[in-house]
Amino acid sequence: MTAMDEPSGSVFRDEAESKSQASLPPKALPKAKHRRRRRWPGPKGALFATLKYGSLLLVCLVIILPITGTLMTAFKTHKEYFDSNPMDPPANWLNFDNFFTAWNSGNMFSGFVNTAIILAISLVGTIIIGTMAAYAIDRFSFRGKRFVVFLFLLAAIVPSVTQNVATFQVVHFLGIYNTRLSAIALYIGTDIIAIYIFVQFMRTIPVSLDEVALLDGASHWWIYRHIAFPLMKPAIVTVLIIKGVAIYNEFYIPFLYMPNPDLNVVSTSLFSFNGYFGARWEVIAAGVIITMIPTLILFLGLQRYIYSGLTRGTTR
Amino acid sequence: MGKLPRRTDAGMEPVGQAVIIDLPSPSSLKVEERGRSKRYRSVTPYLFLLIPVTLLAVLTYVPMVETFFLSFTRWDGFGQTPLTFIGLQNYIDFVTRPEYYGVLFVSVYYLVGAFVQLAIALYLATLLSSSTRFRNLFKGIIFFPYLLNGVAITFIFMFFFRPEGVLDSFLGIFGANPANNPLWLGDRSLINISLAFVSVWRYMGLNFVLFLGAIQSIPPETVEAAQMDGANKWQEMRYVIMPGIRPILGLSLILAIAGSLSVFEIPYIMGDGANGSMTFVIQTVDTAFKYKLYGLATAMAAMLLVMILLVTWVQRRIIRDDPVELI
Repeated sequence: MTAMDEPSGSVFRDEAESKSQASLPPKALPKAKHRRRRRWPGPKGALFATLKYGSLLLVCLVIILPITGTLMTAFKTHKEYFDSNPMDPPANWLNFDNFFTAWNSGNMFSGFVNTAIILAISLVGTIIIGTMAAYAIDRFSFRGKRFVVFLFLLAAIVPSVTQNVATFQVVHFLGIYNTRLSAIALYIGTDIIAIYIFVQFMRTIPVSLDEVALLDGASHWWIYRHIAFPLMKPAIVTVLIIKGVAIYNEFYIPFLYMPNPDLNVVSTSLFSFNGYFGARWEVIAAGVIITMIPTLILFLGLQRYIYSGLTRGTTR
Repeated sequence: MGKLPRRTDAGMEPVGQAVIIDLPSPSSLKVEERGRSKRYRSVTPYLFLLIPVTLLAVLTYVPMVETFFLSFTRWDGFGQTPLTFIGLQNYIDFVTRPEYYGVLFVSVYYLVGAFVQLAIALYLATLLSSSTRFRNLFKGIIFFPYLLNGVAITFIFMFFFRPEGVLDSFLGIFGANPANNPLWLGDRSLINISLAFVSVWRYMGLNFVLFLGAIQSIPPETVEAAQMDGANKWQEMRYVIMPGIRPILGLSLILAIAGSLSVFEIPYIMGDGANGSMTFVIQTVDTAFKYKLYGLATAMAAMLLVMILLVTWVQRRIIRDDPVELI
């Protein structure tokens, strides 16, 4: 996990050294390192450095600029919004009125509550079901195994949005339309990536552990619960993050299957701002910022796990 | 882990320590063990798979079969008019009427965007794979948009692109007069380029993190060996780094193509595909839920499914060491 954040060593050393020279206060470094870095890298190295940091800064500007405009607008009064440029900073950075308006009139509280309920149940369900499936697929040979695996693989490729046309009928038939259960069932039941991640991880857990327990008279259910499941913890963290972000951000499933305004989630409550607050961009901007706060906190706290989880989830 | 499990199934005699000691030889132990697990293996995996496979069947395969079934019918989705079989008529309608198939061309914008996105991601990943100041900060900023809510992103960019919005105001710093700027979302010839840009903005960070992870998992010795053999930067890239990230590059490529065929969220939230931003998936969904033409809609869904399966299949033929390998 940590390896990802370590510099990969000597790959482009001279270029890297010259780089650091430009941007860093010498004090920040231990002395020995400092001396090494001060060496003039030569014109070629300097050119590399400029190109490298130049492109990085440009990309970061492009990424941050749209968010900045929204962030600054969220602190402006309605009059100020009309009178100023979007790129002018707000007169008062502590003007939280728009946030209160968005939170109260925009129904965001119930959105967060519904999202939390759906998120919690779906994550628990995904993890139980996914680890069970992975245990069965990795640890047993049984009739029809190849077929089952093929079904899971094929389902991972199916584009889910268009499936909704037919899934809509199934959801109606099951009688869960316009209930939280519809979203929960779809999040749990159509998530193939989680099973895939669990199977990949299960493979790295030595079978000999199972065998020892079997000889001691353990049942397979016991082995699953007391050996396989606890050892899957890293994969579970990965799935929690990937799946959690996906559910928090999902728009179309709640929009289509839970039109009841009492069942709105974060996405759909924000979506309804378009109608409620038509021309009041400062309130919409505040709503946008509110939805971004949990994401930002999660990201800052779990950065490492997110990166390694994504890498593991997709490549291994 | 060391402690013995409590007995869970009454019928099964626990094979305790004593039993093992009683056994005459390791080989017969093996036979015993195998026989025992075989009995287990007959039912246990099915029990473990019962719920996942049921959910998979009900929520993925029933709809899939239904999609193909309904695509040969005319139906309003409510049972007010009876369902009639019309054979291939929905498919014929789709491929012969420009107002239906024309929407596929919009994917080209996103496809081009996706290639640009992969190129930028690869470039940034190679940059950041060497030691860099503020490395984690750069990495965090580049990746962060991927985590954002699609509705929030849509609003951010509606505000960004609107007349006298953030973009015009930013260009104004360099002296551009907003009145002369194009309507980024109002101009039919520009809207899809603007939206493809949003898509690049949103997803580039994911590709970047995946590429970076793959580059960093190349053993440093390999790279050093290449450098000692006198490889220049280009050769190092071509013969050391590229092979190392080939699987993830292949996977990103299918996702890019499949993704550009199934663009949906942002143009839908922005205005239901208005002003020339209609995509194939928005049209499918509207055909079903807005115009109640379930037959035609499912035919379109079926075609999208076949197209994506085709792309995946072709990709698998070309790149053998596919990472999407479950067993």
